[in-house]
Amino acid sequence: MTDKQKNLLIRVIVAGVLMVILTLLPLDDYPILRFLLFLIPYLTVGYDILRKAFKGIKNKQVFDEHFLMAVATIGAMALGEYTEGVAVMWFYQIGELFQSYAVGKSRRNIAELMDIRPDYANIENEDGSIEKVDPDDIEIGTIIVVQPGEKIPIDGVIREGNTTLNTAALTGESVPRDVKCGDEVISGCINMSGLIKIETTKEFDESTASKILDLVENASSRKSKSEQFITKFARVYTPAVCYSALALAVIPPIIRFFMGLDPIWSQWVYRALTFLVISCPCAIVVSIPLSFFGGIGGASNQGILIKGSNFMETLASVKTIAFDKTGTITKGNFEVSDIHHSPLSDSELLEIAALAESHSTHPISRSLMLAHGKELDMSRVTDISEISGAGVLANVDGHNVAAGNLNLMRHIGITAKECHSTGTIVHMAIDGKYVGHIVISDELKENSEEAIAELKKAGIKRAVMLTGDKDKVAKKIAEDVGIDEYYAELLPADKVTHVEKLLKECGEKEKLAFVGDGINDAPVLSRADIGIAMGALGSDAAIEAADVVLMDDDPMKISKAIKIAKKCIRIVYENIYFAILVKLGCLLLGALGIANMWLAIFADVGVMVICVLNAIRCLAVKNL
Amino acid sequence: MKKTYKIDVDCANCANKMEEATKKTPGVKDATVNFMALKMKVEFEDGADVDSVMQNVIKNCKVVEDDCQIFL
Repeated sequence: MTDKQKNLLIRVIVAGVLMVILTLLPLDDYPILRFLLFLIPYLTVGYDILRKAFKGIKNKQVFDEHFLMAVATIGAMALGEYTEGVAVMWFYQIGELFQSYAVGKSRRNIAELMDIRPDYANIENEDGSIEKVDPDDIEIGTIIVVQPGEKIPIDGVIREGNTTLNTAALTGESVPRDVKCGDEVISGCINMSGLIKIETTKEFDESTASKILDLVENASSRKSKSEQFITKFARVYTPAVCYSALALAVIPPIIRFFMGLDPIWSQWVYRALTFLVISCPCAIVVSIPLSFFGGIGGASNQGILIKGSNFMETLASVKTIAFDKTGTITKGNFEVSDIHHSPLSDSELLEIAALAESHSTHPISRSLMLAHGKELDMSRVTDISEISGAGVLANVDGHNVAAGNLNLMRHIGITAKECHSTGTIVHMAIDGKYVGHIVISDELKENSEEAIAELKKAGIKRAVMLTGDKDKVAKKIAEDVGIDEYYAELLPADKVTHVEKLLKECGEKEKLAFVGDGINDAPVLSRADIGIAMGALGSDAAIEAADVVLMDDDPMKISKAIKIAKKCIRIVYENIYFAILVKLGCLLLGALGIANMWLAIFADVGVMVICVLNAIRCLAVKNL
Repeated sequence: MKKTYKIDVDCANCANKMEEATKKTPGVKDATVNFMALKMKVEFEDGADVDSVMQNVIKNCKVVEDDCQIFL
């Protein structure tokens, strides 16, 4: 508890005890003494509210909740309802205390969940001793020491030692990762086993941990529609209730007076005062940001970064998902899976293919080199010419080698054998003679099928796959994992066009999400209603481009993100409807004279406590 | 230019009022107050004198909510 809260708590307790004693004392025969005595607990618990109300009037900010409370309680005291006057103030303050405690508590909870902020960095002095310094002061290229059990404070490259890292705080998944000298490491990971020395490659502010924290903290600054609605609502609602209260206090008695009846002023003023107590908009105003804050914090603990409350709303109404195949449904690591029709041995053919493609940066050539697995002697290759979208022509050991797709074979006048396997096929020819082909395929992720099924359960109507790969490959994958539609052989620009087409086909309140690996698909990510990048750990580009960032590449996280968003939005709406209905109901009862001050207190403080407790549920997202 | 300030305020509605008041201050292009993170992001107009604008922001915020603080 803060000092402010402690102070308020003491005042609430003292005033409570005083009030109980005063109600028990036989004071009915001494009205003035009774009034003065009740003034003690009233001022003890409510003096600051009165002061704020007074300042509000002075600053021409009349209609705030302090004013409402001040008028209502002073009015009740003036009507001789001392117990109720003090009780309203007392409960109001209890409500304030509870609210401020709950908000503070969830701030701390989230800070704990996001416990990736490094507090210090170690640098080694010349005499070998280790000194703790502020990570802000570390310049790029400094060598820092991370001992076992410590957090890596700044992104960098290991220069000495090897160890196992725990990335749980970043990804939500506790899979240990082995790293060795020369590997890149990111801040926020915990060093589990060995001492390592890291050469920093970024400043503290630009490091992954700082960026993620910044992102989560700022997420609730992007306000959702429901927050904007409530802000507007509060602006209209409070003055409206105040004027109604005034009307209620004045108009009925006047009408009664002209009808020749007793105006019973005190009764109508009392009803107007209950109006004022009910009218406080705190319950909804505080519960909505609290819900979003909880939801965003809980999600980031699971390795899902949602960049704004507004995206939470969009995510909850996603009905169509478009996937970029590589890196989301498949692992994105192309592997040589087969070699067909070759008169040469597999390793010979692979070596020649790897040499021919050795100057290309295409993922296909990388996988050929990986499959070959040995150092290449580049001097064996000459006269390389790359034919874009077809393959490579090169001279290897004095032989003319062609490696590429069917188009390339046709281009150089060679009849190739068609392949029936799914995957990317590299046909090979040496000195004008066909020597077979290499099949390279991208593996499916183990849980892609399950992930799509979960998405369907989470209310996704349409799962679409967009890929630059061949139709045959796309069809097989779509069938295997249960994707409804696929569009194959697309260029990057085509993906944008297709997403635009899909956007048009979405219903009015239905949203479209695009899931990509964050590399090369920034235009599509931003074109969709909501862009989800996965496998983003260590990729700044992906974190920048997407609205929702999945730190690891587990496709199950997509449905989890949607479920978290749905839960959060459901809670927000529950609170909005519940609070508004109870308040309007109590206002009606109050106007009819059925509701007394006690019910009004429930409508104010009770509703607020219930809404806050409900909002706190947003944090619990682990088992969704 | 954008700057972020730490703030202290007790209620969510007051935070909304601070945001309104800040937005209306001359020299401020846009502002968001994040009640849960207790932070205020202010985007200044080109050529605005940040220090004097912020003094006015504090003054305006104090008018709508006396019990608030902005840490410059």
